[in-house]
Amino acid sequence: MTPLVTIRNLDKAFPGVQALKQARFELLPGEVHALMGENGAGKSTLMKILAGIYQKDAGEIRIEGASVDIPSPRAAQDLGISIIHQELNLMNDLTAAQNIFIGREPKRALGIFLDEDALNRNAAAIFERMHLRLDPRVEVGKLTVAKQQMIEIAKALSFRSKVLIMDEPTAALNNAEIAELFRIIRQLKAEGVGIVYISHKMDELKEISDRVTVMRDGEYIGTMPTASTSVDTIISMMVGRSLTETKTEVPDLLKHDVVLEVRNLRRDPAIRDVSFSLRKGEILGFAGLMGAGRTEVARAIFGADPLDGGEIIVRGRPVKIHSPRDAVRLGIGYLSEDRKRFGLATGMDVATNIVMPCLNRFVSLRAFLKMREIKETARSYIKQLRIKTPSETQETRLLSGGNQQKIVIAKWLARDCEILFFDEPTRGIDVGAKNEIYKLLNTLAAQGRAIVMISSELPEILRMSHRIAVMCEGRLTGELPAEGTTQEDIMRLATQRRSVTAVTANTATEGTMT
Amino acid sequence: MTTIAEQETRAVIKSAVLSQGAWQKILAFASLIALMAVFSIASENFLQRDNLIGILQATAVNGVLAVAATFVIITGGIDLSVGTLMTFCAVIAGVFLTYWGLPMPVGILAAIAAGALCGSISGAIIAKMKVPPFIATLGMMMLLKGLALVISGTRPIYFNDTPNFPMISQESLIGTILPFLPIPNGVLILFVVAIVSSIVLTRTALGRYTFALGSNEEAVRLSGVNTDFWKIIVYTVSGAICGIAGLIIASRLNSAQPALGQGYELDAIAAVVIGGTSLSGGRGTILGTIIGALIISVLTNGLRILSVAQEWQTVVTGIIIILAVYADILRRKGQG
Repeated sequence: MTPLVTIRNLDKAFPGVQALKQARFELLPGEVHALMGENGAGKSTLMKILAGIYQKDAGEIRIEGASVDIPSPRAAQDLGISIIHQELNLMNDLTAAQNIFIGREPKRALGIFLDEDALNRNAAAIFERMHLRLDPRVEVGKLTVAKQQMIEIAKALSFRSKVLIMDEPTAALNNAEIAELFRIIRQLKAEGVGIVYISHKMDELKEISDRVTVMRDGEYIGTMPTASTSVDTIISMMVGRSLTETKTEVPDLLKHDVVLEVRNLRRDPAIRDVSFSLRKGEILGFAGLMGAGRTEVARAIFGADPLDGGEIIVRGRPVKIHSPRDAVRLGIGYLSEDRKRFGLATGMDVATNIVMPCLNRFVSLRAFLKMREIKETARSYIKQLRIKTPSETQETRLLSGGNQQKIVIAKWLARDCEILFFDEPTRGIDVGAKNEIYKLLNTLAAQGRAIVMISSELPEILRMSHRIAVMCEGRLTGELPAEGTTQEDIMRLATQRRSVTAVTANTATEGTMT
Repeated sequence: MTTIAEQETRAVIKSAVLSQGAWQKILAFASLIALMAVFSIASENFLQRDNLIGILQATAVNGVLAVAATFVIITGGIDLSVGTLMTFCAVIAGVFLTYWGLPMPVGILAAIAAGALCGSISGAIIAKMKVPPFIATLGMMMLLKGLALVISGTRPIYFNDTPNFPMISQESLIGTILPFLPIPNGVLILFVVAIVSSIVLTRTALGRYTFALGSNEEAVRLSGVNTDFWKIIVYTVSGAICGIAGLIIASRLNSAQPALGQGYELDAIAAVVIGGTSLSGGRGTILGTIIGALIISVLTNGLRILSVAQEWQTVVTGIIIILAVYADILRRKGQG
């Protein structure tokens, strides 16, 4: 069988970085080929070259045996190559059909006017092929991320793509949506489409991929059949060393003070009567499906959203938190799941970001910034948290996800926050950096900080938490000890709904939940 | 927990009932009617035919400029040069007709072509040289103001040799057919420009790319569309429309006044914003813009009839702009 894609000896340099060194890759028709590696390993660069977004410095790309040049995204599309970026590239103000056919709108006889009916018909035909129930005329900005992703896939299909590249397609999807995505991937596979699947989630790769290629530091490491390769082998290929996944020792917390207590928290309809307490030095894992209300709870306590009712008690004192400013004064920090939007000023440098919440400590004469002290503080956190950055003056957008996350953590440490809410702290972070974040969380807890960790990854919850709280539909459905709890226990609580009859519309989406 | 199915149904309903800033259009239209009602109660002169025609007449130039600005603003850009470009085009018409004595159609074409050319230059500076639209068109605004003064020798150019020139704006084609409705040609041109622009925006590829650029330019580029090219085209169209505005104003004044023009761009942008077009791009309608332009004219006219000092008219317009945008923000929040 002729491979759809053969890449040999590909080099690519960016200013200051050799992103790819003699990279290799091969994709067969009807194959799902996982591409793995830590952030910065060159996966995305390699795929962007294949999709015509970047140009190669040296090397060869063959499509179905023929050597090709791919100077632009348009050229890639003409060769049948489509890419679905991690950050979706849609025009939110346009409809689904308009998005799919942007640049290729069907015209009426005159050639001037657009044929909107044909546009919607064509889109509907593609949705039908995907067995997707969606109105082509709906505005894309009003759809869920999962549906938006489906539209990206529909767009790729509309080009009759033979090669479909998906960069972290499940990062923002819940389990039901992932199942739907996999159904479509399998269908495309059966039609002979080759799929490159970039992801950090091992269980997904095991489920969906046929082969896995591992990259490290811009180099090709190896390609293995997924079925006969263990997760440990893949990880050790990625990091170049073996990682041992150790379960956290649960410290005896009973003698520690309760630093945060929440009673009957309500914010309709997202939060329904949530109560819990948190001790000094404790890591409380918040598990649940996406949309269960965990982020809402964190945001409400942090004062980012108004409350409809409930009590918040910090270090034994009932408090009113009306704004994030109040929360920060009480020593509560919130690390958003969306680092880029809410956590960092990505265009500014590392030092500026770290001192941002406590800038008033670095001001002399009420006006002038103490530049030297800011730098020193930043340097000390860079060292302490082992942030990989050339210097404290590097712009944060140029750093990897894991290092960006560490900067957000440094921000709140610099602000002396004792109670920290981590919302999906390892989303989009590669395996090696994940372990560092875990270690950091453990260190912070050991230092006496109280931590709430919201996570949708069950292994992460089980590994890190001292205690596990599970939410479903805005309610706290149970608390589990760290010892002896299984993923099944959590899932049972996470899908435990109060009244099935009242929300029959839900069953369709949640029926496939595992 | 709201499920995907629920969210979707809601989204579908929302988009069906109130699409594309329809809410603010309704709001803007209601405000227009309310304003007219207030003024007609306050003064019996307001609803006189001649006064209403005067309002339309006063809207013609700002309306056409606002249509030009709407194109650019929907792409997420801004055009500060519409006012001085209008004047520049009027001066060009003067050069062709009065200095060189060429026939009127040549002068008209020259003015529109000059507008298109300047627009395409702005577009190229923005698309190719990557200068932010605010700066590029700010530079263009000053450059064109200067050029208009230089070319005309800082003196008005009168169209006395072209006796038909005032017809462009002042005579009434409709009036000759329907004598009871002497709507001047300038207003007719405004409506034709608006209708054609509206069709271009909603029915043609150019329109689709205009919205797409404002919605997510990178996504459009990655879809294989030549975004630079289309951006230049949008500014070119906008420039050509400014040329038309230049002809209307020159015709009404029977002269090209080279010192005029600055400040018009802000009135145009105000009309666009009151009409519900988002300054962040991706959304907007010509109908909204026309309503916005009418609101400004009605306000000016009504306050003048009530003998409110002109300084206060400006104050009120400022308040209206802020309220209009705040209403839009409230609406978005409610949808949230």
